[in-house]
Amino acid sequence: MDQPANTVNYFIAGYIVIFSAMLAYLISLVVRWRNLRQDEDLLMQLEAEQQRPRADE
Amino acid sequence: MGTTPRTLVVMDVIAGLALAVATGMVFLYAPLERVMGAVQKVFYFHVAAGWVGMLGFGLAAIAGIAYLVTRQGRWDLLGVAAIEIGLVFTLINVVTGMIWARPIWNTWWTWDPRLTTATIMELVYIAYLMLRQGIEEPERRARFSAVYAIVGFLSVPLTFFSIRIFRTIHPVVLGGGDPTVTGTFSMTPRMTQTLMVSLAAFSLLFVALLWHRVRLGKLGERVEQLRLKLQS
Repeated sequence: MDQPANTVNYFIAGYIVIFSAMLAYLISLVVRWRNLRQDEDLLMQLEAEQQRPRADE
Repeated sequence: MGTTPRTLVVMDVIAGLALAVATGMVFLYAPLERVMGAVQKVFYFHVAAGWVGMLGFGLAAIAGIAYLVTRQGRWDLLGVAAIEIGLVFTLINVVTGMIWARPIWNTWWTWDPRLTTATIMELVYIAYLMLRQGIEEPERRARFSAVYAIVGFLSVPLTFFSIRIFRTIHPVVLGGGDPTVTGTFSMTPRMTQTLMVSLAAFSLLFVALLWHRVRLGKLGERVEQLRLKLQS
């Protein structure tokens, strides 16, 4: 009886691509979220400083 | 805004578990196809990724219509989120298709109607993101994006039905097709079950990712508003 073609390498390559792409997208979401949170904190800090009355006034 | 809602955490866990089960079924449960061998198992996630891609683009078209009717910014956020995720999964679909094609068709790429329409669809939605980058004013950006998402959706049924309308070498495994096409195979019950679980797992993953991406969009809007407030 004929054996199936030996295509294990392509199978593994396929799943490496699938999980790598998913992981890369997840990392991009996390990095963007962190950067925006940092921006938000900084902007809120600046806003608080603007609203605080100056000592010499 | 900072803490992740409990429902989203539960959704993440369910999606992760479903993906683990689907992966387990692909590797351990689904039988080895007698002609193509192991590479046929790429099919399960290849189809599921294609489904999620089209789901994302379809949802973006619906969000586009909803935006044009209501003019509420949340629909714009949903649209861009759905398209971004759709692009990632369509890319997975195209690349895994190429990997399957190499040993089966003896080529990485051929300008077959399905491959061509899928590539056009991917490019149409890459152009959507480029369009958004080019428009500064939020309301105008949302309006243009909504119209583009609706018109761009024409590429989705064209891609889906391309293997049924045109003469193609791409196998039509679901719903019957030319049995002489290279790479066609008959689905056994175990194969069908693995495909169904993969489709469900990817759909859950899509919902979880969409939720995260929408939250990211909301945070981006909030930061933008703070920036404008400080500048004024």
